[in-house]
Amino acid sequence: MIRIANGQGFWGDSLEAPVEQVRRGPLDYLTLDYLSEVTMSILQKQHTRDPKAGYARDFVDMIARILPDLKERRIRVIANAGGINPNGCRDAVLEAAKRQGIEVRVAVVTGDNILPQLDDFLSRGVELKNMETGEPLSAIRPQVQSANVYFGAFPIAEALGQGAEIVITGRCTDTALALAPMIHEFGWKENEWDKLAAGTIAGHTIECGAQCTGGNCQVDWETIPNMADIGYPIIEAEPDGTFVVTKHAGTGGRVTLDSVKEQLLYEMGDPREYITPDCIADFTTIQLEPAGPDRVRFGGIKGRPATEFYKVSVSYSSGFKAIGSMAYAWPDAYKKARAAEKILRQRLDRLGLRFEEVRAEFLGANACQGIPAAEPSAEMEPLLSEVVLRFGVRSENRAAVDRFTREIPPLALNGPPVVSGLGSGRPQVEEIVAYWPALISKQEVKPEVTLWPSEG
Amino acid sequence: MAKRRLIELAHARSGDKGDTSNVGLIARDPADYPILVREVTAERVKEHFAGVCLGKVERFELPNLGALNFLLHESLDGGGTLALKADPQGKTYSSALLRMEIEVDS
Repeated sequence: MIRIANGQGFWGDSLEAPVEQVRRGPLDYLTLDYLSEVTMSILQKQHTRDPKAGYARDFVDMIARILPDLKERRIRVIANAGGINPNGCRDAVLEAAKRQGIEVRVAVVTGDNILPQLDDFLSRGVELKNMETGEPLSAIRPQVQSANVYFGAFPIAEALGQGAEIVITGRCTDTALALAPMIHEFGWKENEWDKLAAGTIAGHTIECGAQCTGGNCQVDWETIPNMADIGYPIIEAEPDGTFVVTKHAGTGGRVTLDSVKEQLLYEMGDPREYITPDCIADFTTIQLEPAGPDRVRFGGIKGRPATEFYKVSVSYSSGFKAIGSMAYAWPDAYKKARAAEKILRQRLDRLGLRFEEVRAEFLGANACQGIPAAEPSAEMEPLLSEVVLRFGVRSENRAAVDRFTREIPPLALNGPPVVSGLGSGRPQVEEIVAYWPALISKQEVKPEVTLWPSEG
Repeated sequence: MAKRRLIELAHARSGDKGDTSNVGLIARDPADYPILVREVTAERVKEHFAGVCLGKVERFELPNLGALNFLLHESLDGGGTLALKADPQGKTYSSALLRMEIEVDS
């Protein structure tokens, strides 16, 4: 049996979780997920400005903090912290290790960044059509900021096979981080679909950190113990593909059938077809059973052969947006906020400003859910203590969006009464980076694994 | 038959893929799963999310987990970074679904 932990569900997750995972109980592998689609485009911009940048800097600080523990406890780390620049990330990790006088073997998985080959692909008829709309990528080529293939678990397993203690990848699937050590340790082959599906589902279960150990859990949430010290998830994996999801003893949170089922359904499409580069996993075959306090056992998982394609994520700039907020207080808070919305729309019209989209929502009165059943009742509406008007615009024209932002602060003095600007001043104009999901034949791209011993 | 709110029988979690939101609906007691299958149809969910879900609703069954998964197409104002919504990833659609009233044997 091997223990595989998640210590980071996204870039911005708890800085303490990886440290707690390493120090508070037995572990063989620590996986850390840093990348989202937004992150890739930010990292691409940083890399363009500074060729040494373009990776998750937080990861290097984290490794510097836990490296002595990792060495002492022989815990290996797998992270997609490389972003656009896995080699730069490796250099920074080796530098941090050297400063502490510690030798560590670091491998990188590269080849996912296809931005340099993009025009070559397009000229050869590899269209990279949008999976949702069918449009060819050439339609937005000038706006493209980053383009990365999602690799699977086998390149990471190869790096572990070469003896890497830390594996840094660029873009790969979130589930690959946890599946890779199972492939490496148990010698699973590329056509053992049931086992690969089991490891993929293990990865899906822990990829969002504490979201399977009682975080964001709707069942009896008030009774979930010691949320302040919530334990992050750990997989106890067996060579036959069965596994237990648990957390370190003594930590807060709760691992139950309920907490695990919620995470299984998170970001789910067709449950019979969870497609990764490694396999197709069938979530309708999962059999769960309680296996003691804070332990859930998984079995019965079936998989099918992987497809011939990798998924590609392209980011491209797609205009500008700004969102302003004003809080209106009792009495008639909702009515005042709606009046302010109308006034704003009239003022934008008088200015002749045109937007692709204008959207008003009312926080405190059904902004988030937005469905008819969530509208405040006629009796409740006048009693609301405050309602926040949240007003946003989107346009290709930056000047129009910027001009809009000047119309928010004046509402404090020249609109409906009893209003707070929430201390936030004029809204910021944000550049929108949109995503273009596509597929590419596995023949077109090859992952590369390189191992670097530190200078000792 | 009596009316009950879904929140008494089920829990849920929602997430996003582009402009599509997914809502997983899970029976608190697996014995109630057939009630969810019978009552919480794709049509009813589409109607419940009127004005929010502008595309079709797809439903998938996971009897092994006592759960249904709904895909609400065109429900996130373009999705991701394009959306001007307060909840651009539909994270709160989970309990929005649990507001639904269904018929159960009394």
